Amino acid sequence: MLKMPEADPQTVKKRASIATALRRIVPGEGVIETRTEMSVYESDGLTAYRQMPLVVVLPKTTAEVAKVLRYAFENKIKVVPRGAGTSLSGGALPLADGIVLGLSKFNQILEIDYDNRCARVQPGVTNLAITQAVQHKGFYYAPDPSSQIACTIGGNVAENSGGVHCLKYGLTANNILGLEMVLISGEIIRLGGKHLDSDGLDLLGVLTGSEGLLGVITEVTVRLLQKPETARVILVGFPSSEDAGNCVADIISAGIIPGGMEMMDRPAIHAVEEFVHADYPLDVEALLIIELDGPAIEVDHLIEEVSAIARKNKCSTSRTSTSEAERLLFWAGRKAAFPAVGRISPDYLCMDGTIPRKRLSEVLTGMAELSKKHGLRVANVFHAGDGNLHPLILYDANVGDELARAEEFGADILRLCVKVGGVLTGEHGVGIEKRDLMPVMFTEADLAQQQRLKCAFDDRGLLNPGKVFPTLHACAELGRMHVKAGKLPFPEIPRF
Amino acid sequence: MTPTFKPQSVPELADYVALGGRLEVVGSGTKRGLGRPLQPETAIDMSVFTGISLYEPEELVLEAGAGTPLSEIEKALAKNHQQLAFEPPDYSKLLGGKHKGTLGGLMACGLSGPRRIKAGAARDHILGIAGVSGRGEIFKAGGRVVKNVTGFDVAKLMVGSYGTLAALTSITVKVLPAAATQETLVFSGLSDAKAIQAMSLAMQSACEVSGAAHLPGTPSQTLFRLEGISPSVAYRRQKLASHLKIFGASDHLEQKDSLAEWKAIRDVERLSADDARFVWKLSLTPSKAAETVARISKQLDIQYFYDWAGGLVWLGVPRSNQAYAYIIRNCVEDGHATLFRAEDDVRERIEVFQPQLPALSGLTKRVKASFDPSGVFNHGRMYKDI
Repeated sequence: MLKMPEADPQTVKKRASIATALRRIVPGEGVIETRTEMSVYESDGLTAYRQMPLVVVLPKTTAEVAKVLRYAFENKIKVVPRGAGTSLSGGALPLADGIVLGLSKFNQILEIDYDNRCARVQPGVTNLAITQAVQHKGFYYAPDPSSQIACTIGGNVAENSGGVHCLKYGLTANNILGLEMVLISGEIIRLGGKHLDSDGLDLLGVLTGSEGLLGVITEVTVRLLQKPETARVILVGFPSSEDAGNCVADIISAGIIPGGMEMMDRPAIHAVEEFVHADYPLDVEALLIIELDGPAIEVDHLIEEVSAIARKNKCSTSRTSTSEAERLLFWAGRKAAFPAVGRISPDYLCMDGTIPRKRLSEVLTGMAELSKKHGLRVANVFHAGDGNLHPLILYDANVGDELARAEEFGADILRLCVKVGGVLTGEHGVGIEKRDLMPVMFTEADLAQQQRLKCAFDDRGLLNPGKVFPTLHACAELGRMHVKAGKLPFPEIPRF
Repeated sequence: MTPTFKPQSVPELADYVALGGRLEVVGSGTKRGLGRPLQPETAIDMSVFTGISLYEPEELVLEAGAGTPLSEIEKALAKNHQQLAFEPPDYSKLLGGKHKGTLGGLMACGLSGPRRIKAGAARDHILGIAGVSGRGEIFKAGGRVVKNVTGFDVAKLMVGSYGTLAALTSITVKVLPAAATQETLVFSGLSDAKAIQAMSLAMQSACEVSGAAHLPGTPSQTLFRLEGISPSVAYRRQKLASHLKIFGASDHLEQKDSLAEWKAIRDVERLSADDARFVWKLSLTPSKAAETVARISKQLDIQYFYDWAGGLVWLGVPRSNQAYAYIIRNCVEDGHATLFRAEDDVRERIEVFQPQLPALSGLTKRVKASFDPSGVFNHGRMYKDI
């Protein structure tokens, strides 16, 4: 289990007076302090970790957010921002001595502007609600994380969320135009707008994926795209994951960027098929779900090209959707992969490394060995187009040390991803889950630079501390520190 | 003449930077005319950090030294029918240079061409960087894979930072397949306001327009580029023509003429020839572009054209002491204005980039200091002390 920073007993002692002070800013039911009511906020999507917050505050306006943050800043109280709490990396895990600042009351779509292909929304609006508000005009919001029913756009910005279509349409960072945010000092800052290039330094880019460590997002301007005229899915099975991997490489080498390109391994296919009956082939080692979108004439052409490439790579089965219902059925399996795996195991840990695609079969082989080493099963779903792996490690938290073993297994998988040229997290964020693995990918100098950037936004280290970085440094200390040749002068600083 | 230091390796660069002073980071110097003029003690010649170190077409990734000429990168990509999808412009005619410059210069200035409306900007294509901070520390950020949220997106922050944060030595970018063909649909004689409407409608269609520009003149021309496989391009051209038929009959340019036309738009050739004028780059809310330009033209004699479906306006104004910054910025409501071409003394005198509100300006200063606390790199290039 990962450790969190020690709670400050002085702050914990002042809990009642802090709640009273917050009530003055956010009156009525906007402050939650009973244990029963706060239990909802105890954890996020990384359910193995739980912590009762000091107090929860649910402001309604940007001005209230600014006052809450200003109060926390002046009184040196930590703040954990929270959207819908669907983070899979523990990004919204509370702190015993920290205020949870929930943005659930920011749930309005403020403006839809078709002329400029954008919408201004509050951060608590769900990802799917944006698409639902514009789909009657043929528009949609492109990033589609699998939690899109529940997850909020504010959380998407904080985590730079992806989804199955981001190979072609980009991540959150590529689909937002502007932000309003509040710094811990209470200062309100607007970045970008409805124009394409924001001015000055690309702080919009830095905020996206900053996991609640830099500022609290209070408004987002998102790009809206016109839905492609047609989309069809081709479902191709392969006798080995290597063949499937080669097929993916050949498709891209042929200059084709599919709208989505997903891979599942045998255990995942079987779990899914039992659960949703998407009519997936069961006698294959790897299954590719490839969506091609655009005008019908283009899609037909691409389906043929992709089918030919699949045949060349020894596919054993191939089916193309002939109706919208069938297309959705083909996707239904993939989209239900996590709950399907949840049915065959009491608990699972969802990993999120990205690798250069051509190293896939090597990584899968390595993973099979690790599975034996740790004595736990693993099922794989994989955003094949962009190399983003989601190994699902199956365990039972009630059995001995299985959770600890699952965590070790996960860490080994991520080390393997980095070793082959990949990264620790493709779309779920570092949070607490991958925090202590950051040094596998970054040197002390790399991390010190990122932490100095954090200091530019929050020099008291009050916003979401204990996440992302394995070591807490005071900003003054970082300012003095000189990291020579990637090494700190004092490498043995205690890590929490 | 500013003395030049030419490091031979990254550690040598780091050692030199750690000594402090006021340094200018120079790739090939083609974009020295952008931003505020510098008075450096030493120019750092980054040309040793050159060459493509990794290019895997099937992985859509390329890594190269920051000093690598763009021409070299584009040549390597073209061999595999790939490209930098954000369409890097060549401002050598506009700014007076001999070639297109380096990858580092392009990313430092964050420049994107007409395809920006469909494919995104330079910042959307950077995956990773390595370099030296103003403290003389060697660091890296990002990676070589498209999907990566490990740590803050420091690579993106480098794009458009005009070399004020770090001296980049290596840059990794996402590359994409180049389209097989292109054609351009042309409407003639539309007013600015009508053209903005037409471009907005086109962008709201599913025709996947990859360039939308309006060139005033007699007659004016409103252009829509369509790229892809030829049956799809032909289909979308017809569809778009019919979708926009309220704007009159249209004509079209075949591949060769289309390529030439978009290159001219990309490189701002219309305003390059007349070097008696200063040039502004306005980033605007697309639907408001025509009214913004109309407000400016009531007060100034301007030459201009629209790209990015109205989101970008290139504006030539007569030379003047203040480049008419006050008038222009007063007319720009939702967006910002950058003085793109003017002599050093003018760029010294007025704010080249849109002035920021105090909270944002303070944050920008602190971000700069987090990389470069004593202002070693390109001091004052973006804002007075930044």
